[in-house]
Amino acid sequence: MSNGEDYSELVALARRGRWLAISTVAKSGAGHVGGPFSAMDLMIALYFRVLRVDPQNPQWPARDRFILSKGHSSIGLYVVMALRGFLPIEELKTFDKGNSRLQGHPDVTKLPGLDTSTGSLGQGLSVGVGMALGAHLRGEKFHTFVIIGDGELQEGMIWEALHIAPRYKLGNLTAILDWNGLQQFGWVLAINEEHRGDRRDPWSGIELRGIFERLGWRCLEINGHDYSQIIPALEAAKASGNSDQPTMILAHTVKGKGVHFTEGKHEWHSKVATKEELKIIAEELGIKEEAAV
Amino acid sequence: MKAMRDVWGDTLVALGETNPNLLVLDADLANSTKADKFAKAHPDRFLQMGIAEQNLVGVAVGLASVGFVPWLSSFAVFFTHRAVDPIRMLVAQTHANVKIGAAYAGIMTGLTGKTHQDIEDLAIMRAMPDMTVLAPADRTECEAAIRWATDYLGPVYLRLARDVCPDVFDSQYHFTPGKTYLLKEGKDVLLVSTGPQSARCKEAAELLEEQGVSAAVLHVPFIKPFNVQELVQVCEPFKLVVTVEEHNVMGGLGALVAEILSAHSPRKVIRFGVEDRWGESAPNDYLLDLFQLSPTRLSGRVKQVVQGTNE
Repeated sequence: MSNGEDYSELVALARRGRWLAISTVAKSGAGHVGGPFSAMDLMIALYFRVLRVDPQNPQWPARDRFILSKGHSSIGLYVVMALRGFLPIEELKTFDKGNSRLQGHPDVTKLPGLDTSTGSLGQGLSVGVGMALGAHLRGEKFHTFVIIGDGELQEGMIWEALHIAPRYKLGNLTAILDWNGLQQFGWVLAINEEHRGDRRDPWSGIELRGIFERLGWRCLEINGHDYSQIIPALEAAKASGNSDQPTMILAHTVKGKGVHFTEGKHEWHSKVATKEELKIIAEELGIKEEAAV
Repeated sequence: MKAMRDVWGDTLVALGETNPNLLVLDADLANSTKADKFAKAHPDRFLQMGIAEQNLVGVAVGLASVGFVPWLSSFAVFFTHRAVDPIRMLVAQTHANVKIGAAYAGIMTGLTGKTHQDIEDLAIMRAMPDMTVLAPADRTECEAAIRWATDYLGPVYLRLARDVCPDVFDSQYHFTPGKTYLLKEGKDVLLVSTGPQSARCKEAAELLEEQGVSAAVLHVPFIKPFNVQELVQVCEPFKLVVTVEEHNVMGGLGALVAEILSAHSPRKVIRFGVEDRWGESAPNDYLLDLFQLSPTRLSGRVKQVVQGTNE
């Protein structure tokens, strides 16, 4: 499936984003890689093509809202926000350091441009429901997007939100499932069992799309790394803002996507790249302007 | 006489007349908490969220972010236990403008037993930075607290009793954030209490008067933030301070008073309340006797400790 448009600019931004994320984590000595990489293309697409936001006026009341419910992928969000102009690229080096706006998990009280705090898993979609419901009550036209992880989908609170959103007919709400098939430790593969990663997909064998549809969500299923699928899906979701159904985009992704040795490996959930690894990563991502650490 | 839950429901209805941003979100207990009064008066601003307290809290945070003032309706236990994580991360840590109407707090929950008796809420909510914790004594103070909390920009936990609470204040009452209220003068002992238990302490002090013990009673509606200097001053003349609360003796008002006095003005503090045990289903009078919080039981216990201290 391709719509014939040229997305090379977004592809290049995502490569740079992945480099900034993994090199920032390396500098800070801790952080997550796998999740930020799997959600990178989704967030690049949102911030550069879909979200109506203004980096110069981050509190603009009419802005579209975005919530990264899987808050441990914060570095991915900070990088995309930096590329979009919400903060200087230079500031990324303060990540996780004391007195930083870039906390280990997104902190709405510190960084303008964030729409809520996340970190304890499974909570972001509920806040998104509140924002979308608030827009309905106020007659405002903004759209609310929430990226949820397939790991945090194990949390009960998410299912409370999944139940209530269709009941309030929130066409102005879109959830995007970053279905990378891996969680932090997860379930070891059985002999001869094959999955996208080196561990068992938490939702393996479960027909999530049908479950969401029966709860009342309009579902779109895409490859979460292919812009010719991501952009049309996000645009279609946003275009149905006046409908009476929230949209769920099931984005099939690869944890650690973008670098051959981080892809599909659960250990890269949170791992610090060595200097040697960073050299290989820079080369693979085609990064020249920023020297490897 | 009006039950405290009716005061809550009626005050929200009245505030809803003038404040278009006020919303009430319910976790399917509106006819118990009396949020149903608001549902009837302002149906377009009453949002049923179903039996799902965590999502209730999260949705409220989203609504607050676009300028609404959401009041939440459920039982105290479900907020401070089931929904404590979103209250912590989404509400307190972001200073969200969300108001928690914690109904049926304490031991008198209408024959529902220990599952529904929240005797740890003050300990939990008090330990949460940025949270304001209120426990009004009677209908006058309850209404004032709701009005204040609605105007205050930030998270509030309002500890509400289910039933009728004896009046301790009259129309002259003025609600002042952080203030404590001396309900009765005395010289032998100071009773410090909160919520409707303050009225029972006042009654106990009157019984003690007849038995030759002069007990002062201090009511603390603001568990947090707390006026340290005021407490220290009031306690100054007393050799013995007795705290009394419809809550576990651990972590609540008694702990708060002991923490402050041990640092600023050390003296003997005895904590009365639920003695680190679970409750049971029973009528209110039975429970007040069981936990020795009724005026009669309380006066006997206070007399004992006063005599013990003077010996």
